[in-house]
Amino acid sequence: MSDPAIELKGISKAFGAVQANKDISIRVMPGTIHGIIGENGAGKSTLMSILYGFYKADKGEIFVGGKKTVIPDSQAAIAAGIGMVFQHFKLVENFTVLENVVLGAEDSAMLKPSLTRARRELKALAAEYELNVDPDAVVEDIGVGMQQRVEILKALYRGADILILDEPTGVLTPAEADHLFRILDGLKREGKTIILITHKLREIMDITDTVSVMRRGEMTATVKTSETSPAELAELMVGRKVLLRIEKSAPALGEVILDVKDLNVTDDKGVHRLKNVSFQVRAGEILGIAGVAGNGQSELLEVLGGYEKATGTITLRGQTIDLTGGKSDGQSRRRRGIAHVPEDRQREGLIMDYHAWENVAFGYHHDARYRKGLLMDNAAIKADTAGKMKRFDVRPPDPNLAAKNFSGGNQQKIVLAREIERNPDLLLVGQPTRGVDIGAIEFIHEQIVALRDQGKAILLVSVELEEILALSDRVAVMFDGQIMGERLPGETDEKELGLLMAGMTDVPTDKPVHEAVEEQLAHAGTGDKRGS
Amino acid sequence: MDAMPKWAEVTLVPLISLLLAAILSALVILAIGENPWAAVKLMVSGALGSTYGWGYTLYYATNFIFTGLAVSIAFQARMFNIGGEGQALVGGLGVALVLLYLPFPHWTIALIASAAGAALFGAAWAFIPAILQAKRGSHIVITTIMFNFIAASLLNYMLVGPIKAPGQEPATSKFPATTQLPSFQDMFSTADTVLFRGAPANVTFFVGIAACFALWLLIWRTRLGYELRAFGHSESAAKYAGISPTKIIVVSMLISGGLAGMMAINNVQGEAERLVLNAVEGAGFIGIAVALMGRSHPVGVFIAALLFGFLYQGGAELALWTSIPRELIVVIQALVILFTGALDNMVRMPLEKVFLSMRRPPKPDRKSTTARAAE
Repeated sequence: MSDPAIELKGISKAFGAVQANKDISIRVMPGTIHGIIGENGAGKSTLMSILYGFYKADKGEIFVGGKKTVIPDSQAAIAAGIGMVFQHFKLVENFTVLENVVLGAEDSAMLKPSLTRARRELKALAAEYELNVDPDAVVEDIGVGMQQRVEILKALYRGADILILDEPTGVLTPAEADHLFRILDGLKREGKTIILITHKLREIMDITDTVSVMRRGEMTATVKTSETSPAELAELMVGRKVLLRIEKSAPALGEVILDVKDLNVTDDKGVHRLKNVSFQVRAGEILGIAGVAGNGQSELLEVLGGYEKATGTITLRGQTIDLTGGKSDGQSRRRRGIAHVPEDRQREGLIMDYHAWENVAFGYHHDARYRKGLLMDNAAIKADTAGKMKRFDVRPPDPNLAAKNFSGGNQQKIVLAREIERNPDLLLVGQPTRGVDIGAIEFIHEQIVALRDQGKAILLVSVELEEILALSDRVAVMFDGQIMGERLPGETDEKELGLLMAGMTDVPTDKPVHEAVEEQLAHAGTGDKRGS
Repeated sequence: MDAMPKWAEVTLVPLISLLLAAILSALVILAIGENPWAAVKLMVSGALGSTYGWGYTLYYATNFIFTGLAVSIAFQARMFNIGGEGQALVGGLGVALVLLYLPFPHWTIALIASAAGAALFGAAWAFIPAILQAKRGSHIVITTIMFNFIAASLLNYMLVGPIKAPGQEPATSKFPATTQLPSFQDMFSTADTVLFRGAPANVTFFVGIAACFALWLLIWRTRLGYELRAFGHSESAAKYAGISPTKIIVVSMLISGGLAGMMAINNVQGEAERLVLNAVEGAGFIGIAVALMGRSHPVGVFIAALLFGFLYQGGAELALWTSIPRELIVVIQALVILFTGALDNMVRMPLEKVFLSMRRPPKPDRKSTTARAAE
């Protein structure tokens, strides 16, 4: 048996009092795809950062190809044949693809010879692995899927034999993700070793050969993918049995609560973010808005939440809402019965330095029950917080702890408790389970469905297609600021929604889906360029 | 979880910073051939050794309380108001106009009116930079600095022209006797002993204490203070909660300017009893250091203001009785500002390490909460 491509032995790393990695050992055989799965904060990224030379391990050894290797910085990692594709791409936006690939790996004083050589190699790589990218395209003009390919090319150009991908599908449409997986498969067949970090069970099942599960800084198991199941992996991640399906009854539709007509938003830079968006949400229904991040969903939530100006009409229970700013701010929206769980709880939903109790009043601090004249009724807020923490199982249930000291899931529960217990007519929910551990996801989904069952209207925005399909009673897909279409979850599938998410309204029959999607995207790209 | 217990945060960090500043100051004094120990003794006895010294120390401290509070309240909303100097100057103009042109039967009424005038003028001076920041995005640091110069020019113009008293000096005439604030000498001397003889400390000191309390109440107990701090922590979150950025920027700067302006009841009405050129003497800038050192908390500001009052008065004594030049006092003050403000992390980080390592032993039962905290 050959030496493992990568072997970690007893890696430990602490940040202050927090043990991020604890005695982790792992063997990855060459020519395999190895998945690392775990909840947020389980220590996956820390482990990979150690492997890539960003952090120094407190203890432990790294072997690359059987040889003990010290990796003090990323240069050493590259020299050892390790390449990394980060979740957030590290590309120079206004450079061409070619320039980005060469950047940092120029091997002569003059640029020209390096560029020529890189052009030749890119061509070869493209042919070999389906990594087609126009070397002369400027990075900011190409789509996210393309940009990710540039990152992979960068690593390969530097001679990487071991490729680490950190949550690579977070920004991709399903079709783009499929394409990525085919590329990874091709790389594997050529003998490259791939480490895939993800929190999506499905990806692990689809593509990996072996999988390691991390929980709270420890490696809880390493198993062959063919010998495990999503349920088992979920249990290993969370440490208890998890319900992966959501139980919900058929919706009891009521009157129209929210009616949005011809909504348009143009941002400060003059970019048209929302284009004639129209839809309705009824009482007792969850409308899911699917779409790849950055296609106008955030702006939609901001407009409805009262902190982005727009043109068009929005009526709530038949009453028109002023969209010009001025009198209609977040406060008046709340008074009218709109509650909002924002997409980014750390930037918007919570003040991270405020205590939990202060956050429970956030946005509702003018409510009569929370005030005593000009002063805030801190005692009343604290009492209310204690009750909310109990009902929403926030841990630790300490109202005096600062928001930043709770885990992602518990932070989200604080926001949910605050918004749901207002008993709103309409609940806006953005990315309810982003960065939330599986255990809490279950609970959060239950709460949203429970609110629906009380006859409330819910608008759910999520980039997780699985979540949309599981929760929604009706699905609308957004692309480039428009609603591409509405579907019923029972009458559609991920493939059809994926096409809509890529901006296509009908399914082509003559060619594979991914090619059609790419063609469409390429058209959209050139169209934009001409326009600007 | 915080790395340091709260008590260490608020006592140990500033104390160690001060100590470092003191050591460096001592070295500087040594370098120019003077005895640092004698200098310390002289400063302490000059500033705190007599009621006379206390009278000056507390007078300076009163100035710094107001300007320190002014910087603090703005900073709670993450507005960096560098314009305390100008706002205090214009506040002085407000005091002078009120006291020169309105009749007052008694000092109490005069105090209320002059405080209102000072606050109004100071706030008005802060309003323009605030509205420029809120509506146009003009950076508050730049505009408030510029407004300091404009304020100085305005005062020059007023004092050589419209409100100048007859005579050589660019100053107003003396305010009427009924508007004179009681000094500490008036308030605390008994029949047989005269305390605080000739020192400028006056009843405004107690107004300053009241202001500290009022501001504490405002910041930590009112809904406005809650919104203001929320905006300071996260503008995006404030927007989400329906807190208007324009309102917070303008209101915080109005309160800030008003407080800076109110310093004038101490130096203009209480001490000089008329308006002279450059009445503020840099107290507006010292306020920045006071707020930094006091962590923008009213109690911290009060303590820091006392410290700077001591440095001011002690420094004046040094210049008077030794050959240590006046400029060196500025160096010492600068070192204190440098260490307590700018180099804060230099002391904080090692101290946090110390506390973290002390916390190691009870780790097993703490692990679960800290690991959770990290997620």
